[in-house]
Amino acid sequence: MIVLDHVNKVYDDGFHALKDINLEFKKGEITVLIGPSGCGKSTTMKLINALNTPSSGKVLIDGKDISGLNPVELRRNIGYVIQSVGLFPHMNIAKNVAVVPHLKKWDKEKIDRKVNELLDLVGLDHTIYRNRYPSELSGGQQQRVGVIRALAADQDIILMDEPFSALDPISREQLQDELIRLQQELNKTIIFVTHDMDEAIKIADTIVLMKDGQIVQTGKPEAILRHPANDFVRNFIGQKRLQSENELSYEIPLVDDVMITNPVTAFPNRGLAEAIKMMESKRVDSLFIVDRNKQLQGAVSIYRVLDMYGEEGKTVADVMIPVRFSVASGSTLPQAIELMDSHQLSNVPVVDGNNRFLGLVTRGSVVKHLAEVYPNLAPPQPAGEGEPV
Amino acid sequence: MSEFWSFITERYPDILLALRQHLTISFSAVILGTIVAVPIGILLVYNRVGWINSAVFFIANLFQTIPSLALLAILIPLLGIGVKPAILALLLYSLMPILRNTYDGFQSVDKGVLNSAKGMGYSAAQTILKIQLPLSLPYIMSGIRITTVYIISWATLASLIGAGGLGQLIVSGLGVNKPEMIFIGGIGAVVLALVADGLLGLLEGWLTRRYRQTRSAAV
Repeated sequence: MIVLDHVNKVYDDGFHALKDINLEFKKGEITVLIGPSGCGKSTTMKLINALNTPSSGKVLIDGKDISGLNPVELRRNIGYVIQSVGLFPHMNIAKNVAVVPHLKKWDKEKIDRKVNELLDLVGLDHTIYRNRYPSELSGGQQQRVGVIRALAADQDIILMDEPFSALDPISREQLQDELIRLQQELNKTIIFVTHDMDEAIKIADTIVLMKDGQIVQTGKPEAILRHPANDFVRNFIGQKRLQSENELSYEIPLVDDVMITNPVTAFPNRGLAEAIKMMESKRVDSLFIVDRNKQLQGAVSIYRVLDMYGEEGKTVADVMIPVRFSVASGSTLPQAIELMDSHQLSNVPVVDGNNRFLGLVTRGSVVKHLAEVYPNLAPPQPAGEGEPV
Repeated sequence: MSEFWSFITERYPDILLALRQHLTISFSAVILGTIVAVPIGILLVYNRVGWINSAVFFIANLFQTIPSLALLAILIPLLGIGVKPAILALLLYSLMPILRNTYDGFQSVDKGVLNSAKGMGYSAAQTILKIQLPLSLPYIMSGIRITTVYIISWATLASLIGAGGLGQLIVSGLGVNKPEMIFIGGIGAVVLALVADGLLGLLEGWLTRRYRQTRSAAV
């Protein structure tokens, strides 16, 4: 167990980086330090392997004050993984993994066995990868090596400083999953620094939220999501995630939350050529016609406009068809979906009590809303284009 | 042309002697220069007092700008004549490129690599010897190569203070008006410089083969 006891850090220039930090990192748990950049999360982590020394207060590992220990010896007993990976480019993978066992003067056979075992553990076939050099590996593979390097000397404590944040989203997910799997097997005490709340929720046993060198809230992910201590925590977690996690306060969304608020509209006196031009530039296949008071008059589709295109004098008012279905502002999303489903509509307008056009619920806007509420299930966003109506 | 060949066949023991002296002077200067410049370069990397770095680089630069003939002459009252002052003078010339390249090589080592080395428990000495030195080897070796080539060429002047070498052939050739002697001395120095450059290139490639190979593979 690691304890930070009333730790303060004041730099020479007077900057108070850590303010009275009291923390306990439990054995065999993943503790995630999270907060905006400059909040002191990395600084806090580096206290543990003496890369950073407190100005006042104590750091205790298993009850022993580390200020009395040789920092070089201490670091050899603590695994360390950093964002830029930091593999040694002049050493092959086997040598890179074996760095700390080598420093600790293990015998060669034991080192070899350990290296092979660890490479296989993260899915890198040791017969292939032992003799490769770091630059021959992908970013994800390199960080796998970075992680097992921190395990190679059977360290009980592993410090991970934003280890996955430089990776592409797919590799990041894979490595997070792998870390969780490894942790189930190995039961290390892991201190993990990140600024990504999704990552924290995914891997943490305990989350420590920091801001301006102070701890704002500590707790299980579930507890923090359900009972955020203040507005800062609430903002940091994100309002929508709160709603989706907290079933008690889950509300059925209203059409007003989901609708597009700036659908493409035209005034009744527009000509047909103009209508085509508008649809083209906004990339939609139909237009809603509103009058000066924003009252909904009707709709025209591109097909209808093209059919009538030959008659030059016509305006959109002449070719539009009345809107048969609409929902009132304040209706629930399920009502709108029900309507769209039963009448095979691709969209449904939202109007107020005076038939004024407020917005448009489309299939796309429904999907987008779901994606925001359930960010983990979100498909990759298509390149930003206008909403088809 | 026949004079040329007869000179070589008649005087080859003298030519070989001059060649050997030339090699001794040049390589002693480069090796001693490396022994002096590399540690100084490393110290400068770790030195936190800015003006010391500037001062050292200024002095090393200064040596480079003194005309070699003048430097040799200055050394006569201090060290007399012969091989020693010649080696010392050439050593002073060799400092700057090796110093500069060592410094740059160490600076070029990726900060992430250094952070992880420190965080995993490398002592300062281990970091220098096992991480920084091997990683800056390509820089240091190219400094040594550059130095070697022009030290060999400048070593011809060493004969002026009685250190012998290929310069001796040139000076004597001038004295007795024998163009073939001047020619042999000059060409000898050129060939020596080219061969040394080639061999050091091979050595550099061999020392950094894995690193280099993998680096080019990554490009």
